[in-house]
Amino acid sequence: MDPKMVEVIDAAGIPETTKNDLKKLMEGHTISSEQFEQIMRQVYVEYKATRVEPCEAVGVIAAQSIGEPGTQMTMRTFHYAGVAEINVTLGLPRLIEIMDARKSPSTPTMTIYLEGEYSKNRDHARDVSWQIEATRLNEFGDVSTDLVQMMVTVKINREVCEKRKVTVEEIIERAPDKIKQKRHYRDFVPEPDVDNELIIFYPKDRESYQNLFQLANHVRDVIVQGIDDIERVVVRKESGEYILYTEGSNLKDVFEVSGVDRYRTRTNNISEISEVLGIEAGRNAIIDEALSTLREQGIDVDVRHIMMVADMMCMEGEVKQIGRHGIAGEKESVLSRAAFEVTVNHLLDAAVANESDILQGVTENVIVGQPIQLGTGDVKLIAKPFK
Amino acid sequence: MPSPKRVGRIEFGLLSPKEIRKMSVRKIIWADTYDDDGFPYPQGLMDLHLGVIDPGLRCKTCGNKASDCPGHFGHIELAKPVTHVGYTRLIRKLLRVSCRECSRLLLSPDEVYKILGPEEERNTDVITEKDVKKERICPHCGAQQNKVNFEKPTTFSEIWTDENGRKVDHKLTPADIRSRLERIPDEDLRLLGINPDVARPEWTLITVLPVPPVTMRPSIILENGQRSEDDLTHKLVDIIRINQRFKENQDAGAPQLIIEDLWELLQYHVTTYMDNEVAGCPPARHRSGRPLKTISQRLKGKDGRFRGSLSGKRVNFSGRTVISPDPNMSIGQVGIPLSIANEMSVPIRVTPFNIEEVRAMVLKGPVRGSLTEPCGANYAIRPDNRRVRLNELTCETVAEQLEPGWAVDRQLRNNDIVLFNRQPSLHRMSIMAHRIVLMNGRTFRLNPAVCPPYNADFDGDEMNLHVPQTEEARAEAHMLCSVYKNILSPRFGGPIIGGIHDHISGLFLLTHTLRWFVKEEVISLIKFNPPEHLPKPGKVENGIEYWSNKQVFSMILPDGLNLVYHSSSCKDCEVCKKDDCEQDSYVQIRDGQLITGTIDKKSIGAFKGNILQRTIRQYGQARGAQFIDDFTKLSVRAIMFDGFSFGIDDEDLTKTEYKQIDEGLDEAMRDVKRRIQIYEDGQLEPMPGRTLEETLEMQIMQVLGKARDKTGEIAGRHLGLSNSAVVMAVSGARGSMLNLTQMAGCIGQQAVRGERITRGYEDRTLPHFKRGDRGAPAHGFVRNSYKSGLTPTEFFFHAIGGREGLVDTAVRTSQSGYLQRRMINALQDLKVAYDMTVRTTGGRIIQFQYGEDGTDPSKACFGDPVDVRGVLENVLKEEV
Repeated sequence: MDPKMVEVIDAAGIPETTKNDLKKLMEGHTISSEQFEQIMRQVYVEYKATRVEPCEAVGVIAAQSIGEPGTQMTMRTFHYAGVAEINVTLGLPRLIEIMDARKSPSTPTMTIYLEGEYSKNRDHARDVSWQIEATRLNEFGDVSTDLVQMMVTVKINREVCEKRKVTVEEIIERAPDKIKQKRHYRDFVPEPDVDNELIIFYPKDRESYQNLFQLANHVRDVIVQGIDDIERVVVRKESGEYILYTEGSNLKDVFEVSGVDRYRTRTNNISEISEVLGIEAGRNAIIDEALSTLREQGIDVDVRHIMMVADMMCMEGEVKQIGRHGIAGEKESVLSRAAFEVTVNHLLDAAVANESDILQGVTENVIVGQPIQLGTGDVKLIAKPFK
Repeated sequence: MPSPKRVGRIEFGLLSPKEIRKMSVRKIIWADTYDDDGFPYPQGLMDLHLGVIDPGLRCKTCGNKASDCPGHFGHIELAKPVTHVGYTRLIRKLLRVSCRECSRLLLSPDEVYKILGPEEERNTDVITEKDVKKERICPHCGAQQNKVNFEKPTTFSEIWTDENGRKVDHKLTPADIRSRLERIPDEDLRLLGINPDVARPEWTLITVLPVPPVTMRPSIILENGQRSEDDLTHKLVDIIRINQRFKENQDAGAPQLIIEDLWELLQYHVTTYMDNEVAGCPPARHRSGRPLKTISQRLKGKDGRFRGSLSGKRVNFSGRTVISPDPNMSIGQVGIPLSIANEMSVPIRVTPFNIEEVRAMVLKGPVRGSLTEPCGANYAIRPDNRRVRLNELTCETVAEQLEPGWAVDRQLRNNDIVLFNRQPSLHRMSIMAHRIVLMNGRTFRLNPAVCPPYNADFDGDEMNLHVPQTEEARAEAHMLCSVYKNILSPRFGGPIIGGIHDHISGLFLLTHTLRWFVKEEVISLIKFNPPEHLPKPGKVENGIEYWSNKQVFSMILPDGLNLVYHSSSCKDCEVCKKDDCEQDSYVQIRDGQLITGTIDKKSIGAFKGNILQRTIRQYGQARGAQFIDDFTKLSVRAIMFDGFSFGIDDEDLTKTEYKQIDEGLDEAMRDVKRRIQIYEDGQLEPMPGRTLEETLEMQIMQVLGKARDKTGEIAGRHLGLSNSAVVMAVSGARGSMLNLTQMAGCIGQQAVRGERITRGYEDRTLPHFKRGDRGAPAHGFVRNSYKSGLTPTEFFFHAIGGREGLVDTAVRTSQSGYLQRRMINALQDLKVAYDMTVRTTGGRIIQFQYGEDGTDPSKACFGDPVDVRGVLENVLKEEV
């Protein structure tokens, strides 16, 4: 391509994406300078024609654009997204979940990307997955309850440990601590026996069988390797690299695991992202999640609409729900809140606090019956007739 | 019309007893409404001072008639104060944070400082109940505090332990509470988020009850002449009765027990008068057993005052009827029945310039018998705003009186602009402005190409029509809401109006592969939208001129259009054969001529239509609309040229196919059995993270799914493009190959929640199967096709699967409706400001530039600010 043309394109007052498109699509075509001039002129005209107009009610358009296709979405909660082994909530329920800004989604999952060597080699990837997948003590050995001697014995299997890249010592050390830490259960005395790969747990109360069985349950279920919230990890090869998919999500702890690519790893838990990585990341997570939910259903919605919703949700610096307990409930206008939900309470509270409604929003002005401050109602220019 | 005064702001506060007495025009003491003559009792609930509802009477306060009197408040003096149900939580809070002796806030200034910070920096934060520890000692007077208990709905009590160690539960009467709250100093209230200037807390204990004007609670006269009072009036009657009895007992010095009972009863009536759905309080009922609709219920909910009467209203100048299609109309038109056009009107002002024209309308009166007659008028409005109904008797005299300054309600006529709407109005294209065409018949007619934005079909759908009454409204309807301005959807920037169903199959049949037409045929095809002159014939054989089918279609294309793409029948071959495509799906349009390719959904369909999109972007909305109008007419002609039908014998296959299908299904059954055997032998290898059962189920589902698809392939191979269903599926007009598979091949597995059907009897779905049978037929596999018919068990399973779909739709509509309401409420105040930032109407910035690049998605090309490919193709005239 003619370097002069590239220069002209680079200097033009159009968005980067358009410049790149131009360069990419013009590649391999012979273009005369006249044609080029014509192209640039048309591009410029079109660019100008696609600007938004002031006073446009962009919020309502965004809400309608996302809401209207909602009727076409499926209710099927579970779906296998990419990986047959992991269930993910999709469709309308997922969209509602995103807009509700739930603390945790109904099916938290993570997509963990790996760094360098870990992403190339299946075994290395598997090693990382051992570090992440929550594994209970009973998977490392046999847990047996001795009713005569009133004790719980764990015989640790060295082979399993080797496969999962932990030492027996580590497990023997970790198990009692973890029970005390996570389960808040302290009525026992552990007796580690590293040489025989054994741990024996004695309940403090030597009389009660109930206690013993409770202890046995705790011992069996204590997570001795991996991250507590992550129930399952699946290793998959995708476009030349190994990726881990998980059931359950804990971004902060996964970031600590060596071999994890912190730049690309993601979770579908939006509030977790905004807590760990900040509100801007949370906003992007909302956009990504909402967009992929809609895309998966074959619904085409412009990003700008979703950005609008995401920006509104993140306006205050924390992820706010779309609805009564978030944006709609914290509006300034009494009438607008009253017209949305819990009408009477808003009115009663407004009276005591001596709130006043300055009638700026849409609902308020509709209620009192005057033009709204949007679109043509927002134009304050009035022509004075000649005297 | 004079511009009304603008409401600047609305302030909220409580009414003090003093204010209630001041605004009251009458003290109400009688519980009765009307005497035997049907005349309101003085000082009764229907007192003429409170306003009038009966025609003929005059209000004793303002002297106006029923239509002009706004109504006036009265009041009832309660014998003893009662609590306001809505404020019980506030009262509880105040009792808990204030001292029982001195009524000061139970926090020292230091503690207040600790919670709220220095005085200058205080924002909207207020002291809450939690900030005050329970049962502490007052920092101001040193009095020991007691626990304040609140029992729903309105009972308060204090609890303490006396010297003997016994728990004492002392009930607080509203009078006690009132005297405590009265003493809370103003400064302390401000810390609690209460503005004492407009809302002293003791006002939440009602001593004087305002009586709403009769206009707010009109009585209705039934057919038998009996009066039926409003629910509020009924409730007020109760309150006055009890109040009266209470007073009498009090004056007579009745025992405390009786007084307390009456007090409680009065409290109950006042409570239900405010809110009849309070928890822990039986709702007051009408004689018939229906709960009364009191003040709270009037405001609340979907049909309440706020959502039902203030945010949305009933309107005049609107009509509703069934819709039916008419492809010969423009998309911007709507056909309306004469009977509706005669009833609805547009006001026009009489001026010296139009007086003769208007006079003719007035003379014509309200009767217009046929489409060809000019429109008449229904009303004349005199300069003093009195309306005169026009009829045979009046129209002549009115026509004589007519002079500038009058206005006349003219009947609708062709080309008037109206708003057309179909519920649910989910997006802005659900209401569009059309130009009317008067028609015979009783239905609204519209071009089927505008069905997608309304989501309408003609199976009995009804639609609404509204006539804008002012010039401003008509201008906005024309400039903003017109169908032509809404062809491109703001959701994704593509066309939402476009060909559907027969439009697509018609043009598919017309343009598929190469065909030749003689002159007569060409003219019959394009007779509804003839070009100025026919193009040069594509070939001449034996002296006969022939035009190709592609030429015929090209006649409606805009001149100079350049476009290359793959149509929806494209099979995504690895290397595109381009011009030699077997499906003829490589569409090339050069200089306004269709060279190769078939026109189908991707070319002209709603949502996808490529040609449509490009035409609008390059030639404007008017040309785009013209193109839609043209192809709707052409496609109807084209589909009639060959004829197009679908019947039961179109699903017929030959013996060989049936044999193949049977063999395929038998093989699948054997495969399923084999897998079950493997499972039962314990040989099955589970998939990671799945149980054995789940693995088996997934395998079976997969096998059966594949078998079903295979039958479809067999059927599809046999039927080919000569079959109507295949044409519809391939062109994207309607249906899919799956539908055809189910009709001709095999219906396949019925699923509930994505799994095979397992519910029913113990260990089996139906008594027709053995217990524990895991085979395909026992768990909802339908082997037959719709054509061959279902066995009874298959039919039952099919009904189960079908039911799930119905439930799904029902649940989904309500859920997505609520989601949309929430989203609209959250985002409705956003707009693009003049500095191109996105702000709320209050001025808060949400985005610094709309969508990060300031591009309007309804004008953009599927999200891109500039359609680079389109520009290049247009300039270079070759595929890019």
